[in-house]
Amino acid sequence: MCLAVPGRVISITEADGTTMAEVDFGGVRKSVCLQYVPDAAVGEYVVVHVGFAIQRLDERSARETLENFERLGILKEEFR
Amino acid sequence: MRYLDEFSDPDLARRLLDQIHAAATRPWALMEVCGGQTHSIIRHGIDQLLPKGVEMIHGPGCPVCVTPLETIDKALAIAAQPGVIFCSFGDMLRVPGSGRDLFAVKSAGADVRVVYSPLDALTIARENPDKQVVFFGIGFETTAPANAMTVHQAERLGVGNFSLLVSHVLVPPAIAAIMESPRCRVQAFLAAGHVCSVMGTGEYPPLAAKYRVPIVVTGFEPLDILEGIRQTVVQLEAGRHEVGNAYPRAVPAEGNPVARAMLAEVFEVTDRTWRGIGMIPGSGWRLAPRYRPFDAEHRFAVTGIHTEESSLCRSGEVLQGLIKPHQCAAFGKQCTPRNPLGATMVSSEGACAAYYAYRRLDLVSIS
Ligand code: SF4
Repeated sequence: MCLAVPGRVISITEADGTTMAEVDFGGVRKSVCLQYVPDAAVGEYVVVHVGFAIQRLDERSARETLENFERLGILKEEFR
Repeated sequence: MRYLDEFSDPDLARRLLDQIHAAATRPWALMEVCGGQTHSIIRHGIDQLLPKGVEMIHGPGCPVCVTPLETIDKALAIAAQPGVIFCSFGDMLRVPGSGRDLFAVKSAGADVRVVYSPLDALTIARENPDKQVVFFGIGFETTAPANAMTVHQAERLGVGNFSLLVSHVLVPPAIAAIMESPRCRVQAFLAAGHVCSVMGTGEYPPLAAKYRVPIVVTGFEPLDILEGIRQTVVQLEAGRHEVGNAYPRAVPAEGNPVARAMLAEVFEVTDRTWRGIGMIPGSGWRLAPRYRPFDAEHRFAVTGIHTEESSLCRSGEVLQGLIKPHQCAAFGKQCTPRNPLGATMVSSEGACAAYYAYRRLDLVSIS
């Protein structure tokens, strides 16, 4: 139950004074509370756990991490 | 899906594994704290691909597994009361209390409902003003913000028939307790990524310094876990013990300040008994005095609870990383996910359930 998964914000609405969002998880859509990530925008990825976005997923950082992995491998090959 | 597929790329996984093999010159024992990571490690067989001698010890980070037996028994007693709608995450239903589980209480006629989010329980409370609606609020720092917001909303919207049975647990005190144990073999920690998405990394430098252990914040996809292990092994080999972040795309150093402010308002630190482990000082959250009217333990006077654990179950040792699940004699025999003796066999994040799901067939090769 501790798993949190990234999803993409499709639309943002207000309900009972609470910011909610429709979030897409690879085709499955769920209503998610956005109160903890108030500046998340439509189109952005958020990390969602039990119906709450708990963090935004930083796309640039994700790309950098993957690029670092690529580089790790290449560096090693050069040293061989 | 974006940002899931990329982080299980087999070619990059191979490269990371090569790096780990190149870095490791000695045996090391690393603990992944989080049950979600245990699940991922066993499912992908990551522990079997590591250099010989680099061992993954599975930690106590499965909230379903460590929720104290007494709290489960209280949940069973409250759920059985007339006029109560008891709401819970699905994996709590089969957790054995002393003798029975929530599923059995439900079968006996109680109104026990599985919800995806605590907000669903609040909705049920608003739709059923003549009933008492109780949500079973368990979990680590990852889950606590959801429960905190729900109680906050209940107060704001004046939903007086809603309450929370709270049993939150906290990761940093558990790390300290593991390191203080005389039987401790752990030399480094992979810290739970989503706990840090909320809390940030600020609690870890004092632990890393005091116990001289590297602590690397780690995500959940295969590449994330391999990178966490790689960074940890590199530190260990260099004799360093620092806090690293191998999951920066979801973990800023400060965590989520909005969520942390809400947690500070709704909860206060308390001692907590961890099932199978025992009392760890300051390792839990309960509702702060202002929110006590929403505390199910105050609303429902549940007394006369006598807890009784299965005498066969060794989940306490499993949770402390002292034995692997298949070393329990009941594993896969008297104890299976359909008929669990301990909570570690119930939750998909429990180590026993993970071994049962993915390792049944090659038990001989790992024992
Ligand atoms: S296999 Fe079952 S009985 Fe053995 S430790 Fe795990 S949960 Fe307990």
